[in-house]
Amino acid sequence: MSLRQDQALIAEWIAPGSRVLDLGCGDGALLVELRRRLNVSGYGIEIDRENIVRCLEAGVNVIHGNLDQGLQDFDDDSFDYVIMTQTLQAMRYPHLVIREMLRVGREGIVTFPNFGHWKCRLQLLTGQMPVTRHLPSTWYDTANIHMCTIRDFEALCATERVEVLERAAVDSEHRAGFAMRFLPNLLAEIAIYRFRRKTVL
Amino acid sequence: MPTEIPADSVGLVSPRKHLFEEPLQLDCGAALPGYELVYETYGTLNAAADNAVLICHALSGDHHAAGYHKAEDAKAGWWDNCIGPGKPVDTNHFFVVCPNNLGGCAGSTGPLSINPATGRAYGPDFPIVTVRDWVESQARLADVLGIRSWAAILGGSLGGMQALQWSIDHPERVRHAAVIAAASKLSTQNIAFNEVARQAIRSDANFHGGRYYEHGVVPQHGLMLARMLGHITYLSDDVLHARFGRELRDGKLNFGYDVEFQIESYLRHQGTSFVGRFDANTYLLMTRSLDYFDPAARHGDNLTQAVKQAKAKFLVVSFSSDWRFSPARSREIVRALLDADRDVSYVEIESELGHDSFLLEIPRYHAVLRTYFERIRAEFRP
Repeated sequence: MSLRQDQALIAEWIAPGSRVLDLGCGDGALLVELRRRLNVSGYGIEIDRENIVRCLEAGVNVIHGNLDQGLQDFDDDSFDYVIMTQTLQAMRYPHLVIREMLRVGREGIVTFPNFGHWKCRLQLLTGQMPVTRHLPSTWYDTANIHMCTIRDFEALCATERVEVLERAAVDSEHRAGFAMRFLPNLLAEIAIYRFRRKTVL
Repeated sequence: MPTEIPADSVGLVSPRKHLFEEPLQLDCGAALPGYELVYETYGTLNAAADNAVLICHALSGDHHAAGYHKAEDAKAGWWDNCIGPGKPVDTNHFFVVCPNNLGGCAGSTGPLSINPATGRAYGPDFPIVTVRDWVESQARLADVLGIRSWAAILGGSLGGMQALQWSIDHPERVRHAAVIAAASKLSTQNIAFNEVARQAIRSDANFHGGRYYEHGVVPQHGLMLARMLGHITYLSDDVLHARFGRELRDGKLNFGYDVEFQIESYLRHQGTSFVGRFDANTYLLMTRSLDYFDPAARHGDNLTQAVKQAKAKFLVVSFSSDWRFSPARSREIVRALLDADRDVSYVEIESELGHDSFLLEIPRYHAVLRTYFERIRAEFRP
């Protein structure tokens, strides 16, 4: 299976042999790769039954569930990483999902399309909601009900007392890292964050 | 009657019997001096004996899971849509074993069998056997068949409970457990339904304390009521409505207490046809086994501790409209398996057909089973 670019970047952040929960795991590609390369164990959660069948085909442990209903089937601190790729913006309450991620996991990793990307801004300037490569749906027919920019996300982290451990971004030239060094909120199409609970002193 | 046996059927099959002469110690404290199990097999056991699948049946099931006994048979075995060449449990690759449970009425030792101590049918003296007892009796059958470990154990409802119990009691002998439309223990409501069913049977004038065989009668009215009640709970309100609505049998009201609505006619038919094929004492016993099932009880009432014994990988499946064994009950099993860090996948299948869904050919459900079993196959193929 081949990984999307954001997933490939995540794979570089994961410690070998760790235990991972992948929220909205799709066809299980990330978990398959993490298992193959890094001997990672864990589960995916997926709502789409067709995707669940793909996960079973790949031999991935998959639990049918709706992330908007929280992670009540999982105990506190039961995973090294809780990962959510390209799904945060489709959640009913993204901040509650992040709390849940850091309840059951030591660290969280999310990727999301950056609404602050210059193409989005340019389209908004014309007076219309953006439709781009990463956001191909029209405003009335999109699962992405909570779009945010990189700056918004970092503000949420501050409010939620979440410590950002690592950032990366994929720009429109498919370059990883470049955008994060140089005007990330303007150049990053996909933002990638690794974070944990801020330790209370 | 199938004019021709379909190509994806296991075809004509004959049950086999094995007599176990070693006494079987039961949960209730009693021991059976010996017992017989009737069973069917489909497909071929490979040289490594690692392609065997055990099918566990539910309350009213038996060993005849697939194929036909005679070419004239009107119906194939009870899970024929799932077991056969090219079917989800593919008999081109798997060796499938399905026994009739101890205490049953389809040929295995049960209330209808002769009690060697008295020379007459056991009837009500047949000890209440539990899911654990079934697992032990089936483990001996596995020994006889030369199966050290099952590639998978698959069952729905009470059958799913057996699959779960197997994985806890014999961790080394179960590689995959597929637990369909089941629960880790019955809800209060479920026990309540079972009690009404039992009272219907036991209060029938023909019950004679369970010794009705000796009087040449059967408590047919009670058994029929039990089945009618059960049947309502196996279906959903939506499917009953869709199938029968308020349709009148005669197209008009007759202002009486005979059948007025089609649903009444259907339930009576289900009840009477059941009486012809099932034994009332077995019905009592099976419902009691269901009530007693609680694998956590021996592990400090902690299901996580119980399933920590298991080494199998699990597939748990529930059905959205199943209110007898609801998705919430399946999720309890999943939660325990997650806590215990076991390999598990879970899916809730969208279905309006209630608890009975597990027996039906629902495309997404069968796709799940097929995919899961193909994956199992990859483990034993060279």
